[in-house]
Amino acid sequence: MTIVLTPLELGLAVALVMLSASLSLFLSLGFHRNLLWAAGRMIVQLLLVGVLLRFVFQQNSAWLTILIFLAMVTAAAYEVGARQPHRLRGRWQFLISGVSVSFSTMVVSAFALLTVLGSRDWLEPAHALPIAGIILGTAMNSASIALNALLSNINNERVPIEAQLALGATRLTALSPLMKRAIRAGIIPVMNQMVGAGIITMPGIMSGQILAGQDPLEAAKYQIFLMLLLAASGTASVIAAVYLTALRFTDKRHRLRFDRIV
Amino acid sequence: MSKTSIDRQPNLSGSVEVLTARFPASDKVDAIEFDLQGGTCTVLTGPSGIGKTTLLRQIADLEMHGGEVFLGSVSQAQIPAPAWRRNVMYLASETGWWAPQVRDHFAVTDEILAMMQKFGMKPEKLNMLPGQLSSGERQRMALIRALSYSPQFLLLDEPTSALDHESVLKVEEVLTETKRAGCGMLIVSHDAAQVERLADAHIVMRARS
Repeated sequence: MTIVLTPLELGLAVALVMLSASLSLFLSLGFHRNLLWAAGRMIVQLLLVGVLLRFVFQQNSAWLTILIFLAMVTAAAYEVGARQPHRLRGRWQFLISGVSVSFSTMVVSAFALLTVLGSRDWLEPAHALPIAGIILGTAMNSASIALNALLSNINNERVPIEAQLALGATRLTALSPLMKRAIRAGIIPVMNQMVGAGIITMPGIMSGQILAGQDPLEAAKYQIFLMLLLAASGTASVIAAVYLTALRFTDKRHRLRFDRIV
Repeated sequence: MSKTSIDRQPNLSGSVEVLTARFPASDKVDAIEFDLQGGTCTVLTGPSGIGKTTLLRQIADLEMHGGEVFLGSVSQAQIPAPAWRRNVMYLASETGWWAPQVRDHFAVTDEILAMMQKFGMKPEKLNMLPGQLSSGERQRMALIRALSYSPQFLLLDEPTSALDHESVLKVEEVLTETKRAGCGMLIVSHDAAQVERLADAHIVMRARS
Protein backbone atom coordinates (compact mmCIF):
# COMPACT_ATOMS: atom_id res chain seq x y z
CA MET A 1 0.00 0.00 0.00
CA THR A 2 1.49 3.34 -1.00
CA ILE A 3 0.83 6.30 1.29
CA VAL A 4 0.08 9.49 -0.58
CA LEU A 5 0.41 12.59 1.57
CA THR A 6 -2.11 15.36 1.12
CA PRO A 7 -1.18 19.05 1.50
CA LEU A 8 -3.16 19.04 4.77
CA GLU A 9 -0.99 16.25 6.17
CA LEU A 10 2.18 18.08 5.12
CA GLY A 11 0.70 21.16 6.78
CA LEU A 12 0.40 19.25 10.06
CA ALA A 13 4.14 18.46 9.91
CA VAL A 14 4.83 22.14 9.27
CA ALA A 15 2.80 22.91 12.41
CA LEU A 16 5.20 20.72 14.40
CA VAL A 17 8.16 22.77 13.17
CA MET A 18 6.29 25.96 14.04
CA LEU A 19 5.79 24.52 17.54
CA SER A 20 9.56 23.87 17.82
CA ALA A 21 10.26 27.42 16.67
CA SER A 22 7.78 28.75 19.24
CA LEU A 23 9.59 26.81 21.96
CA SER A 24 12.87 28.37 20.84
CA LEU A 25 11.27 31.82 21.01
CA PHE A 26 9.61 31.17 24.36
CA LEU A 27 12.75 29.74 25.97
CA SER A 28 15.05 32.32 24.27
CA LEU A 29 17.09 29.54 22.63
CA GLY A 30 17.68 31.69 19.59
CA PHE A 31 17.39 29.12 16.84
CA HIS A 32 13.83 29.76 15.64
CA ARG A 33 14.83 31.89 12.66
CA ASN A 34 17.43 29.37 11.49
CA LEU A 35 15.03 26.48 12.01
CA LEU A 36 12.25 28.14 10.01
CA TRP A 37 14.69 29.17 7.28
CA ALA A 38 16.13 25.64 7.07
CA ALA A 39 12.68 24.05 7.03
CA GLY A 40 11.44 26.48 4.38
CA ARG A 41 14.53 25.93 2.28
CA MET A 42 14.18 22.15 2.59
CA ILE A 43 10.51 22.24 1.53
CA VAL A 44 11.26 24.37 -1.52
CA GLN A 45 14.32 22.31 -2.48
CA LEU A 46 12.57 18.96 -2.21
CA LEU A 47 9.43 20.09 -4.03
CA LEU A 48 11.55 21.53 -6.82
CA VAL A 49 13.63 18.38 -7.05
CA GLY A 50 10.43 16.32 -7.12
CA VAL A 51 9.13 18.35 -10.05
CA LEU A 52 12.53 18.23 -11.76
CA LEU A 53 12.91 14.46 -11.34
CA ARG A 54 9.40 13.84 -12.62
CA PHE A 55 10.34 15.81 -15.76
CA VAL A 56 13.71 14.03 -16.11
CA PHE A 57 12.15 10.59 -15.68
CA GLN A 58 9.64 11.40 -18.40
CA GLN A 59 12.41 12.52 -20.80
CA ASN A 60 14.51 9.40 -20.03
CA SER A 61 17.58 10.97 -21.66
CA ALA A 62 21.12 9.76 -20.85
CA TRP A 63 22.52 13.25 -21.52
CA LEU A 64 20.09 14.87 -19.17
CA THR A 65 20.99 12.30 -16.49
CA ILE A 66 24.70 13.06 -16.91
CA LEU A 67 24.03 16.79 -16.79
CA ILE A 68 22.10 16.49 -13.54
CA PHE A 69 24.78 14.22 -12.08
CA LEU A 70 27.41 16.85 -12.90
CA ALA A 71 25.31 19.53 -11.23
CA MET A 72 25.02 17.36 -8.12
CA VAL A 73 28.80 16.74 -8.04
CA THR A 74 29.48 20.47 -8.43
CA ALA A 75 27.20 21.28 -5.51
CA ALA A 76 28.78 18.51 -3.39
CA ALA A 77 32.32 19.71 -4.25
CA TYR A 78 31.38 23.20 -3.09
CA GLU A 79 29.69 21.95 0.08
CA VAL A 80 32.74 19.88 1.18
CA GLY A 81 34.66 23.09 1.87
CA ALA A 82 31.75 25.41 2.57
CA ARG A 83 31.76 25.36 6.37
CA GLN A 84 35.39 24.45 7.07
CA PRO A 85 37.33 26.68 9.49
CA HIS A 86 40.43 26.02 7.36
CA ARG A 87 40.42 25.18 3.67
CA LEU A 88 42.73 25.24 0.68
CA ARG A 89 43.11 28.60 -0.98
CA GLY A 90 41.61 29.42 -4.37
CA ARG A 91 40.16 26.78 -6.64
CA TRP A 92 42.08 23.90 -5.02
CA GLN A 93 39.54 23.12 -2.31
CA PHE A 94 36.80 22.86 -4.93
CA LEU A 95 38.95 20.85 -7.36
CA ILE A 96 40.18 18.32 -4.80
CA SER A 97 36.72 17.93 -3.27
CA GLY A 98 35.20 17.54 -6.73
CA VAL A 99 37.72 14.92 -7.82
CA SER A 100 37.33 12.96 -4.58
CA VAL A 101 33.55 12.88 -4.40
CA SER A 102 32.98 12.43 -8.14
CA PHE A 103 35.58 9.68 -8.49
CA SER A 104 34.19 7.63 -5.59
CA THR A 105 30.56 8.24 -6.58
CA MET A 106 31.09 7.37 -10.22
CA VAL A 107 33.02 4.18 -9.54
CA VAL A 108 30.63 2.89 -6.87
CA SER A 109 27.45 3.96 -8.71
CA ALA A 110 28.65 2.36 -11.94
CA PHE A 111 29.47 -0.81 -10.04
CA ALA A 112 26.00 -0.89 -8.47
CA LEU A 113 24.13 -0.09 -11.64
CA LEU A 114 26.13 -2.38 -13.92
CA THR A 115 26.28 -5.39 -11.63
CA VAL A 116 23.90 -6.05 -8.79
CA LEU A 117 21.04 -3.81 -9.84
CA GLY A 118 21.35 -5.23 -13.36
CA SER A 119 19.83 -2.18 -14.92
CA ARG A 120 19.57 -2.75 -18.64
CA ASP A 121 19.86 0.93 -19.29
CA TRP A 122 22.21 2.01 -16.52
CA LEU A 123 21.81 5.68 -17.30
CA GLU A 124 18.05 5.43 -16.88
CA PRO A 125 17.45 8.40 -14.57
CA ALA A 126 14.99 6.63 -12.23
CA HIS A 127 17.81 4.26 -11.25
CA ALA A 128 20.96 6.28 -11.74
CA LEU A 129 20.02 9.54 -10.00
CA PRO A 130 18.73 8.21 -6.68
CA ILE A 131 21.65 5.79 -6.38
CA ALA A 132 24.21 8.45 -7.31
CA GLY A 133 22.52 10.95 -4.96
CA ILE A 134 22.70 8.67 -1.92
CA ILE A 135 26.30 7.71 -2.65
CA LEU A 136 27.33 11.29 -3.37
CA GLY A 137 25.84 12.47 -0.07
CA THR A 138 27.91 10.01 1.91
CA ALA A 139 31.07 10.73 -0.10
CA MET A 140 30.56 14.45 0.54
CA ASN A 141 29.98 14.10 4.30
CA SER A 142 32.92 11.76 4.76
CA ALA A 143 35.31 13.97 2.78
CA SER A 144 34.12 17.07 4.59
CA ILE A 145 34.67 15.57 8.06
CA ALA A 146 38.07 14.13 7.09
CA LEU A 147 39.34 17.39 5.60
CA ASN A 148 38.17 19.35 8.62
CA ALA A 149 40.13 16.95 10.85
CA LEU A 150 43.22 17.00 8.63
CA LEU A 151 43.55 20.77 8.23
CA SER A 152 42.74 21.51 11.89
CA ASN A 153 45.26 18.91 13.07
CA ILE A 154 48.03 20.18 10.79
CA ASN A 155 47.34 23.67 12.04
CA ASN A 156 47.51 22.55 15.68
CA GLU A 157 50.51 20.26 15.25
CA ARG A 158 52.76 22.38 13.10
CA VAL A 159 55.70 22.22 15.55
CA PRO A 160 55.95 18.39 15.76
CA ILE A 161 55.42 18.04 12.00
CA GLU A 162 58.19 20.51 11.22
CA ALA A 163 60.44 18.87 13.81
CA GLN A 164 60.17 15.66 11.79
CA LEU A 165 60.75 17.45 8.49
CA ALA A 166 63.81 19.16 9.98
CA LEU A 167 65.21 15.73 10.86
CA GLY A 168 64.86 14.62 7.22
CA ALA A 169 61.42 13.01 7.22
CA THR A 170 59.48 13.14 3.95
CA ARG A 171 56.21 15.03 3.90
CA LEU A 172 54.14 11.84 3.82
CA THR A 173 56.08 10.32 6.73
CA ALA A 174 55.59 13.45 8.81
CA LEU A 175 51.91 13.77 7.94
CA SER A 176 50.95 10.11 7.92
CA PRO A 177 49.65 9.89 11.55
CA LEU A 178 47.47 12.96 10.96
CA MET A 179 46.29 11.61 7.62
CA LYS A 180 45.35 8.30 9.19
CA ARG A 181 43.46 10.07 11.96
CA ALA A 182 41.62 12.21 9.43
CA ILE A 183 40.71 9.18 7.32
CA ARG A 184 39.38 7.35 10.38
CA ALA A 185 37.37 10.42 11.42
CA GLY A 186 35.83 10.60 7.93
CA ILE A 187 34.79 6.98 7.99
CA ILE A 188 33.27 7.01 11.49
CA PRO A 189 29.80 8.26 10.37
CA VAL A 190 29.51 5.45 7.79
CA MET A 191 30.58 2.92 10.41
CA ASN A 192 28.09 4.29 12.93
CA GLN A 193 25.39 4.16 10.30
CA MET A 194 26.14 0.49 9.67
CA VAL A 195 26.40 -0.66 13.28
CA GLY A 196 23.29 1.26 14.29
CA ALA A 197 21.22 0.18 11.28
CA GLY A 198 18.00 -1.55 12.31
CA ILE A 199 18.76 -1.29 16.05
CA ILE A 200 19.21 2.39 16.74
CA THR A 201 17.95 3.82 13.48
CA MET A 202 15.65 2.57 10.77
CA PRO A 203 17.61 3.46 7.65
CA GLY A 204 15.93 5.90 5.28
CA ILE A 205 15.82 3.76 2.17
CA MET A 206 14.40 0.78 4.02
CA SER A 207 11.80 2.92 5.77
CA GLY A 208 10.89 4.54 2.47
CA GLN A 209 10.44 1.22 0.73
CA ILE A 210 8.36 -0.23 3.58
CA LEU A 211 6.17 2.88 3.54
CA ALA A 212 5.86 2.44 -0.21
CA GLY A 213 4.52 -1.08 0.30
CA GLN A 214 7.67 -3.18 -0.19
CA ASP A 215 8.13 -6.45 1.73
CA PRO A 216 10.33 -5.64 4.81
CA LEU A 217 12.85 -8.40 4.09
CA GLU A 218 13.29 -7.25 0.51
CA ALA A 219 13.61 -3.67 1.76
CA ALA A 220 16.25 -4.83 4.26
CA LYS A 221 18.27 -6.54 1.51
CA TYR A 222 18.15 -3.40 -0.56
CA GLN A 223 19.30 -1.35 2.41
CA ILE A 224 22.16 -3.76 3.12
CA PHE A 225 23.29 -3.46 -0.47
CA LEU A 226 23.19 0.32 -0.34
CA MET A 227 24.99 0.55 3.00
CA LEU A 228 27.85 -1.53 1.67
CA LEU A 229 28.05 0.80 -1.32
CA LEU A 230 28.10 3.79 1.02
CA ALA A 231 30.95 2.29 3.02
CA ALA A 232 32.94 1.80 -0.19
CA SER A 233 32.25 5.27 -1.56
CA GLY A 234 32.91 6.96 1.80
CA THR A 235 36.25 5.18 2.10
CA ALA A 236 37.34 6.01 -1.46
CA SER A 237 36.27 9.63 -1.16
CA VAL A 238 38.02 10.15 2.19
CA ILE A 239 41.29 8.56 1.10
CA ALA A 240 41.39 10.54 -2.15
CA ALA A 241 40.49 13.83 -0.44
CA VAL A 242 43.02 13.41 2.39
CA TYR A 243 45.93 12.38 0.14
CA LEU A 244 45.31 15.10 -2.44
CA THR A 245 44.94 17.75 0.28
CA ALA A 246 48.09 16.59 2.08
CA LEU A 247 50.03 16.82 -1.19
CA ARG A 248 48.67 20.29 -1.92
CA PHE A 249 49.38 21.49 1.62
CA THR A 250 53.04 20.60 1.12
CA ASP A 251 55.39 21.05 -1.82
CA LYS A 252 58.08 19.09 -3.62
CA ARG A 253 60.67 20.40 -1.18
CA HIS A 254 58.67 18.72 1.62
CA ARG A 255 57.69 22.02 3.25
CA LEU A 256 54.39 22.83 4.92
CA ARG A 257 52.65 25.50 2.86
CA PHE A 258 50.50 27.50 5.22
CA ASP A 259 50.25 30.12 2.48
CA ARG A 260 48.01 27.66 0.63
CA ILE A 261 45.23 27.59 3.21
CA VAL A 262 42.78 30.17 4.47
CA MET B 1 54.06 4.93 12.96
CA SER B 2 57.14 2.91 13.79
CA LYS B 3 59.12 3.60 16.94
CA THR B 4 61.97 5.27 15.17
CA SER B 5 59.91 7.00 12.64
CA ILE B 6 62.45 8.82 10.52
CA ASP B 7 64.65 6.82 8.21
CA ARG B 8 68.34 7.25 8.73
CA GLN B 9 69.33 7.41 5.14
CA PRO B 10 73.02 7.95 4.58
CA ASN B 11 74.27 11.51 4.61
CA LEU B 12 75.65 13.04 1.45
CA SER B 13 78.77 11.31 0.30
CA GLY B 14 82.03 12.80 1.47
CA SER B 15 82.48 15.59 3.93
CA VAL B 16 81.43 19.05 2.81
CA GLU B 17 83.70 21.72 4.22
CA VAL B 18 81.59 24.80 3.73
CA LEU B 19 77.99 25.98 3.72
CA THR B 20 77.49 29.18 1.75
CA ALA B 21 74.43 31.38 2.20
CA ARG B 22 73.53 34.49 0.20
CA PHE B 23 70.28 36.31 0.84
CA PRO B 24 69.34 39.55 -0.90
CA ALA B 25 68.26 42.62 1.06
CA SER B 26 64.56 42.82 1.91
CA ASP B 27 62.36 45.72 3.04
CA LYS B 28 63.28 44.85 6.60
CA VAL B 29 66.87 43.66 6.65
CA ASP B 30 70.17 44.19 4.82
CA ALA B 31 71.58 41.56 2.48
CA ILE B 32 73.27 38.66 4.25
CA GLU B 33 76.15 36.66 2.85
CA PHE B 34 78.41 34.29 4.74
CA ASP B 35 80.39 31.07 4.59
CA LEU B 36 80.05 28.61 7.44
CA GLN B 37 83.09 26.37 7.59
CA GLY B 38 82.85 22.82 8.96
CA GLY B 39 84.27 22.65 12.49
CA THR B 40 83.46 26.28 13.26
CA CYS B 41 80.71 28.08 15.08
CA THR B 42 79.04 31.26 13.89
CA VAL B 43 76.70 33.05 16.25
CA LEU B 44 73.84 35.05 14.82
CA THR B 45 72.48 37.93 16.87
CA GLY B 46 70.12 40.80 16.25
CA PRO B 47 66.98 42.40 17.63
CA SER B 48 63.83 40.32 18.13
CA GLY B 49 61.66 40.10 15.03
CA ILE B 50 64.51 40.90 12.62
CA GLY B 51 64.24 37.45 11.00
CA LYS B 52 66.92 35.28 12.62
CA THR B 53 64.60 32.27 12.95
CA THR B 54 63.32 32.78 9.41
CA LEU B 55 66.90 32.83 8.11
CA LEU B 56 67.68 29.52 9.84
CA ARG B 57 64.46 27.98 8.50
CA GLN B 58 65.30 29.17 5.00
CA ILE B 59 68.79 27.68 5.17
CA ALA B 60 67.17 24.41 6.29
CA ASP B 61 64.76 24.74 3.34
CA LEU B 62 61.72 24.70 5.62
CA GLU B 63 60.62 28.04 4.23
CA MET B 64 60.63 29.48 0.71
CA HIS B 65 63.20 32.18 0.02
CA GLY B 66 64.84 34.18 -2.71
CA GLY B 67 68.41 33.51 -1.61
CA GLU B 68 71.06 30.99 -2.56
CA VAL B 69 72.42 28.30 -0.28
CA PHE B 70 75.17 25.87 -1.22
CA LEU B 71 76.77 22.84 0.37
CA GLY B 72 80.22 23.02 -1.13
CA SER B 73 79.42 23.78 -4.77
CA VAL B 74 76.03 22.03 -4.80
CA SER B 75 72.99 24.24 -4.45
CA GLN B 76 70.10 23.50 -2.11
CA ALA B 77 67.70 22.88 -5.01
CA GLN B 78 69.92 20.14 -6.43
CA ILE B 79 69.70 18.01 -3.30
CA PRO B 80 66.42 16.31 -2.30
CA ALA B 81 64.99 18.21 0.67
CA PRO B 82 65.07 15.30 3.19
CA ALA B 83 68.76 14.64 2.37
CA TRP B 84 69.52 18.37 2.61
CA ARG B 85 67.91 18.59 6.06
CA ARG B 86 69.75 15.55 7.38
CA ASN B 87 72.98 17.38 6.54
CA VAL B 88 71.89 20.92 7.33
CA MET B 89 69.80 20.26 10.42
CA TYR B 90 67.61 22.88 12.02
CA LEU B 91 66.61 22.73 15.67
CA ALA B 92 63.78 25.09 16.57
CA SER B 93 63.66 26.84 19.93
CA GLU B 94 60.23 25.28 20.50
CA THR B 95 60.89 21.56 20.34
CA GLY B 96 58.48 19.21 18.58
CA TRP B 97 57.40 15.75 19.75
CA TRP B 98 55.09 13.42 17.88
CA ALA B 99 55.27 9.98 19.49
CA PRO B 100 54.00 8.83 22.93
CA GLN B 101 57.30 8.37 24.80
CA VAL B 102 60.58 10.24 24.51
CA ARG B 103 62.36 7.01 23.44
CA ASP B 104 59.96 6.60 20.51
CA HIS B 105 61.57 9.55 18.76
CA PHE B 106 64.95 7.98 18.00
CA ALA B 107 66.88 4.73 18.28
CA VAL B 108 68.33 4.64 21.79
CA THR B 109 72.05 3.93 21.42
CA ASP B 110 75.02 4.04 23.78
CA GLU B 111 75.89 7.36 22.18
CA ILE B 112 72.51 8.80 23.19
CA LEU B 113 72.85 7.47 26.74
CA ALA B 114 76.35 8.95 26.99
CA MET B 115 75.11 12.34 25.85
CA MET B 116 72.25 12.21 28.34
CA GLN B 117 74.77 11.52 31.07
CA LYS B 118 76.86 14.50 29.99
CA PHE B 119 73.75 16.66 30.21
CA GLY B 120 73.00 15.27 33.68
CA MET B 121 69.83 13.49 32.55
CA LYS B 122 68.86 10.05 33.84
CA PRO B 123 68.02 7.27 31.34
CA GLU B 124 64.55 6.96 32.93
CA LYS B 125 63.64 10.19 31.17
CA LEU B 126 63.46 8.14 27.96
CA ASN B 127 60.38 6.33 29.28
CA MET B 128 58.52 9.53 30.06
CA LEU B 129 56.02 11.35 27.90
CA PRO B 130 57.54 14.46 26.29
CA GLY B 131 54.98 16.57 28.17
CA GLN B 132 56.29 15.25 31.49
CA LEU B 133 59.76 16.69 30.86
CA SER B 134 60.55 20.25 31.82
CA SER B 135 61.06 22.69 28.95
CA GLY B 136 64.82 22.63 29.63
CA GLU B 137 64.87 18.81 29.53
CA ARG B 138 62.91 18.82 26.29
CA GLN B 139 65.38 21.30 24.83
CA ARG B 140 68.34 19.09 25.76
CA MET B 141 66.63 15.91 24.52
CA ALA B 142 65.83 17.59 21.21
CA LEU B 143 69.49 18.59 20.87
CA ILE B 144 70.56 15.02 21.60
CA ARG B 145 68.05 13.81 19.00
CA ALA B 146 69.49 16.18 16.39
CA LEU B 147 73.10 15.28 17.25
CA SER B 148 72.27 11.57 16.91
CA TYR B 149 71.85 12.15 13.16
CA SER B 150 75.45 13.42 12.92
CA PRO B 151 74.60 16.31 10.58
CA GLN B 152 77.41 18.17 8.83
CA PHE B 153 75.90 21.52 9.79
CA LEU B 154 73.65 22.41 12.70
CA LEU B 155 71.33 25.41 12.80
CA LEU B 156 70.39 26.00 16.42
CA ASP B 157 67.72 28.52 17.36
CA GLU B 158 68.38 29.63 20.95
CA PRO B 159 69.36 26.11 22.06
CA THR B 160 69.88 27.06 25.71
CA SER B 161 67.08 29.56 26.24
CA ALA B 162 65.23 27.35 28.78
CA LEU B 163 68.31 26.22 30.74
CA ASP B 164 69.95 27.25 34.00
CA HIS B 165 73.55 28.44 33.90
CA GLU B 166 75.06 25.07 34.85
CA SER B 167 73.08 23.26 32.13
CA VAL B 168 74.01 25.94 29.62
CA LEU B 169 77.70 25.26 30.25
CA LYS B 170 77.19 21.50 29.86
CA VAL B 171 75.39 22.01 26.54
CA GLU B 172 78.12 24.36 25.36
CA GLU B 173 80.70 21.74 26.24
CA VAL B 174 78.92 19.17 24.06
CA LEU B 175 78.56 21.72 21.26
CA THR B 176 82.27 22.47 21.43
CA GLU B 177 83.05 18.73 21.18
CA THR B 178 80.67 18.42 18.22
CA LYS B 179 82.38 21.36 16.55
CA ARG B 180 85.80 19.79 17.07
CA ALA B 181 84.46 16.63 15.42
CA GLY B 182 83.92 18.70 12.25
CA CYS B 183 80.32 19.91 12.49
CA GLY B 184 79.68 23.50 11.41
CA MET B 185 77.21 25.43 13.56
CA LEU B 186 75.08 28.50 13.16
CA ILE B 187 73.57 29.48 16.50
CA VAL B 188 71.02 32.16 17.29
CA SER B 189 71.67 33.59 20.73
CA HIS B 190 70.71 36.62 22.77
CA ASP B 191 73.38 35.91 25.39
CA ALA B 192 76.48 38.10 24.94
CA ALA B 193 78.57 35.85 27.22
CA GLN B 194 77.58 32.81 25.16
CA VAL B 195 78.65 34.61 22.00
CA GLU B 196 82.05 35.17 23.66
CA ARG B 197 82.36 31.54 24.69
CA LEU B 198 81.21 29.85 21.46
CA ALA B 199 81.66 32.12 18.47
CA ASP B 200 84.42 31.75 15.92
CA ALA B 201 82.50 34.28 13.87
CA HIS B 202 79.66 36.64 14.72
CA ILE B 203 76.92 37.91 12.40
CA VAL B 204 74.70 40.75 13.53
CA MET B 205 71.44 41.15 11.65
CA ARG B 206 70.47 44.78 11.38
CA ALA B 207 67.27 46.45 10.28
CA ARG B 208 67.55 48.39 7.04
CA SER B 209 67.87 52.07 7.71
